[in-house]
Amino acid sequence: MTRASAALAVLAIVLIALPAMVGNYALSVVTLILYFAYTGQAWNVMMGFAGQLSLGHALYVGVGAYAAGGLFFHYGAGPWAGLWLAMLLCVALGLVIGFLAFRFGVSGVYFALLTIAFAEFTRVGFDHLDWLGGPGGMFLRVAQRDTWDILNFRGPPLMYYYAILFLCGAALALCNLLLKSKAGYYWQAIRENEEAAQALGINTFRWKMLAVAISSAMTSVSGVFFAFYYNNLFPEQIFHISRSIEIILGPIIGGVGTLFGPILGAAVLTLLSDGITEGLAAMGWEIPGIKQVFYGVVLLAVIMFLPNGIWPFIARKLKL
Amino acid sequence: MLSVNGISKSFRGLKAVSNASFEISEGSINALIGPNGAGKTTIFNMVAGVFPPDSGSIHFLGKAIHGLRPDEVCAAGIGRTFQIVKPFAGLSVLENVMVGAFLRERREPGARRAATTILERLQLGPKRDLPASALTLPDRKRLEVARALATRPKLLLLDEVMAGLRPTECDLMVEVFRGLNREGLTILLIEHVMRAVMALAQHIGVLHHGEVIARGAPQEIVRNPAVLESYLGEEAEV
Repeated sequence: MTRASAALAVLAIVLIALPAMVGNYALSVVTLILYFAYTGQAWNVMMGFAGQLSLGHALYVGVGAYAAGGLFFHYGAGPWAGLWLAMLLCVALGLVIGFLAFRFGVSGVYFALLTIAFAEFTRVGFDHLDWLGGPGGMFLRVAQRDTWDILNFRGPPLMYYYAILFLCGAALALCNLLLKSKAGYYWQAIRENEEAAQALGINTFRWKMLAVAISSAMTSVSGVFFAFYYNNLFPEQIFHISRSIEIILGPIIGGVGTLFGPILGAAVLTLLSDGITEGLAAMGWEIPGIKQVFYGVVLLAVIMFLPNGIWPFIARKLKL
Repeated sequence: MLSVNGISKSFRGLKAVSNASFEISEGSINALIGPNGAGKTTIFNMVAGVFPPDSGSIHFLGKAIHGLRPDEVCAAGIGRTFQIVKPFAGLSVLENVMVGAFLRERREPGARRAATTILERLQLGPKRDLPASALTLPDRKRLEVARALATRPKLLLLDEVMAGLRPTECDLMVEVFRGLNREGLTILLIEHVMRAVMALAQHIGVLHHGEVIARGAPQEIVRNPAVLESYLGEEAEV
């Protein structure tokens, strides 16, 4: 076993055993970390692997959340049905955006703007969709439960913790597999130099579309989780651009294009920002927006000192 | 094998290539020479599918390839290098070549084996795990060739791969191409370095102002008055 896989095994065991060791608050923080780790991993497929910058990934979280949430709200259908609808809608949306961009040569910053535009007008659209609650929000029925109702994905916080932990593990395994496959090599070639990639026989349009499809499908699952974990959905919150930025901060700080960057970045950001907010509150200071300022400072520091992210640096130091 | 029939290309009214025709037979080494701006790279890009010709046709192995995309041209069996090298800087040397190898290999181990063999052949074996960004220019030129070869082309298009190389490095490349040619690879090179052209090419086409002004064996070309006047000048002594 290599050092890296040994370290991963230790981490997995710690995370599986964690609920027995910590309280509910800590568990909710780690759940949040894992949520961002998973979503960051999904975003990383598009940007980190294939080099296509999406600044509108909140779109897929939101559509996924509303698809599964809506089915549950109106028809009482559990997320196992909603999951498929969420994925289908998100992949379709992603492919429409991808088609428009890649077919007509919209790339780089302009592609990023296109992704923002789609997320924004979807937000406005949902504000006018009264069937799903409109701006007043949609609230899923909540009942305090101690038993795991896996069919309807209702249960104690512990169930959500294990669900998101499982998703994280699955995403990590999938990304690892993708990176080592033809797709991973082709995506990285496209990321590094699209013209050279095409000259080597790569149908760049098709492979970029595949990256978008996989990334949006994965992100839709975070939306489903979000809906059933938080139980209330507001267009203004879920589709907001600050949500999209929050998704990408983890991977950028951890290391774009790496497997562990999104996980490490999510942990660093969530722990430190929660720590700062809590710490200040303990001192009797409540400063609105301190989290955002903190995000900015961390982002600046990482860009200046570790432009490839924290993970490549740590991996080198630990010889993983 | 490759037949180019009367292709023309203008950029904003400026004729870059006009009515150029030539044939390349299987197993031969061919060179396209001419002064800067003669239209060499434009012809090259039309064959490689970067843009289609305004008129005329290009056939490869009996099939029309004008209007195909670069990836389709590559899949059809034409590999190319870039004059201004375009390595995948963030990937290792081996990974760069593996990207090319994946065109004919579905799985990673096969691509890795194929890429390793090609790197050995181009004497890049010891540098396989370096990031491509760490390579010197001569090595980057070799990496371009290695990557194109990994797609297993039947025809290899070389865009000034000798430019910037020292004479000994140039001779080494010439040896590599001779060896590949003996194994059946057809080659078309655009080249300024006459030392390499004379050492390699069996057929030479000379371009001037977008027109093919002479075609023939090297010995004929260096004595052609039109070529001497327009291009070779004193270099003909090489």
